Amino acid sequence: MDSTEQEAASGQVATGSFREVWQDTIRRLEQGDVGALPVILALALIAIVFQIANHHFLTPINLANLMVQISATGTLAVGVTLVLLTGEIDLSVGAVSGLTAGIMAVLSAKVGLPGIVAVLAGIAAGTLIGLLQGFWFAKLHVPSFVVTLAGYLGWQGALLWVLGSTGTVNLNDPLIVGLANTRLPVIVGWALAVVFVVAYAFSQLRERQQRAQAGMEARPVSVVLVQIGVVAVALLGATYVLNINRNANPRGVPIQGVPSAVLFLLGFVVLFDWITRRTRFGRHVFAVGGSVEAARRAGIGVDRIRMAVFALCSTLAAAGGILAGSRLLAVNQSSGSGDVLLNAIAAAVIGGTSLFGGRGSTWSALLGALVIGSIANGMDLLAFASSIKFMVTGAVLLLAVTLDAYTRSRRQLSGRS
Amino acid sequence: MDEPRPDPILQLRGISKRFGAVQALSDVDFEVYLNEVVGLVGDNGAGKSTLVKIISGVYRSDSGQYIFEGHEVNVTNPHDATNLGIETVYQDLALCDNLDVVANLFLGREETTTVIPGVIQPISELAMEQKAVQLLGELHVRLPSARRPVATLSGGQRQSVAVSRAVMWDSKVVLLDEPTAALGVEQTAQVKDLIRRLRERGLGIVVISHNLADVFDVSDRIIVLRLGRRVATFDTHTTNQQAVVAAITGAVFGALEGAGDGDGRQEEESRNG
Repeated sequence: MDSTEQEAASGQVATGSFREVWQDTIRRLEQGDVGALPVILALALIAIVFQIANHHFLTPINLANLMVQISATGTLAVGVTLVLLTGEIDLSVGAVSGLTAGIMAVLSAKVGLPGIVAVLAGIAAGTLIGLLQGFWFAKLHVPSFVVTLAGYLGWQGALLWVLGSTGTVNLNDPLIVGLANTRLPVIVGWALAVVFVVAYAFSQLRERQQRAQAGMEARPVSVVLVQIGVVAVALLGATYVLNINRNANPRGVPIQGVPSAVLFLLGFVVLFDWITRRTRFGRHVFAVGGSVEAARRAGIGVDRIRMAVFALCSTLAAAGGILAGSRLLAVNQSSGSGDVLLNAIAAAVIGGTSLFGGRGSTWSALLGALVIGSIANGMDLLAFASSIKFMVTGAVLLLAVTLDAYTRSRRQLSGRS
Repeated sequence: MDEPRPDPILQLRGISKRFGAVQALSDVDFEVYLNEVVGLVGDNGAGKSTLVKIISGVYRSDSGQYIFEGHEVNVTNPHDATNLGIETVYQDLALCDNLDVVANLFLGREETTTVIPGVIQPISELAMEQKAVQLLGELHVRLPSARRPVATLSGGQRQSVAVSRAVMWDSKVVLLDEPTAALGVEQTAQVKDLIRRLRERGLGIVVISHNLADVFDVSDRIIVLRLGRRVATFDTHTTNQQAVVAAITGAVFGALEGAGDGDGRQEEESRNG
């Protein structure tokens, strides 16, 4: 392209050819800057292994189920990712998701408030809980680990109290039930996918164009096109699979279309990806995760960022809890307990967000939730015992954190800490 | 050089600071002019760091005047100092290793464009990068790319990024705390070049250093602190290292006046001298 000379003239290192970009990528991988590659390889491996073991794994109906199953975990993991980016941890997300879903359920089914009011009240409760925990950590200087561990116990207790003697509250408000259990009309699913791909392609190409015009180092058009192609294939492929009729009885009512729960998860991932990478707030989140002292000296309100991140995390936990309640049509005493918390944190970490702060992306929440969800789903198909499932999931988590620690030491060796 | 000097951009008069039983600074005067590099030297515990922290607003002095551009000002926190145009580069540089050079240069002062006021205001990466590249070019700071994470840069490059950030915002005075400590020979030379370029831009620069060779290389004047007092001031071009060392250690006070001929003058006799 004509811009190559400009780039060279600007005195910057122009990443001119496709080959150079490829070599640069390899070099970064060797230095421990692995990004999302391990998790994508893991997903491919999981798909192959389970498909060989049980040919139902890659059927449209199972993939649709899998996507709905991970939507709550993934939403929680998006919030956990935000907290991890600042170098902190939130152990209360499971309990908060249960409590806020419980508040919504009681307000809707017992108090009789309209569904929308109950949902918003649940979300608001999540925000308040997050603000409280964030305040306790940022202003009272209690480690986030301890504050949220106390929350983990306390909010579980609050859930039992909110649910009262009945224990289980069934959901029947159409809006609440519809949150997770609506299938988009086929045409709407396609339209959304196409609009997203076109918007993505447009923004990527425009950004590249602007950079080239300004004489700044710009990626070759070929690389941008490959990237757009990958996104288009992934998104349109997923839409295609979810739009296939999943009803085993071909004469029955067709079951097809993108489940609304999946749309919510994708929406959260894209929205918070944009917020973390494109706004001042997001930049400051990364700065706090990189160096609290540097952030403070640059005039960033570290306490404010920390409280905001914990508030967002608990808000997303509430959204995830409400999605889970909607999917299961009920909230009970065990909502948000068990492996909900661990899965959310594991998803964020397996997806490539560092436990050490300052590195990661909300996409890791989606990818990590897919890994955990596929393993659980695959083992369910093979009718594995719970004992085996826990041990396998634990091993995968350990592997992911080990990889994180290993690549971190590689980065430090090559000065990419 | 003989024309009468304008007023100093920054002047401190009669600064004292006590920490409990320790009198860190006693009645210290300090001044830096535009277009000048001042070397602030002294042994460990002489009060250099305390003085720098008072200038940069981290500490408040117990007594004394803080005069900026001819007016007495009240500097009670680091924000006050940066608002005046006084930037400090500490030894630890205060960079976010996980962010790239552009993000670090603009940290806390990111530029945004407005799509929907108050709601959608994305960061203007391109505008920031252009300004960053322009500034780095003006300062002759060579980096592999302005989009590399700071962690991938060498020590000298990191120091250069931290210094560049200090001059990014129309600052008038830049304080550099041990800018060449922990740097290799070539990187030290880079940083010294950078300091000279800051002076060419008309800034007042204060270099705090243990390394007298470096101070002699870049400074115009040298101010010596000893045991919390300003004991001597030298014109770098007319003095020599022995004279400065003597003032720092207080070892040969009698010889001082002769050694620091002309502009070098003894300010005040040290009690313990």
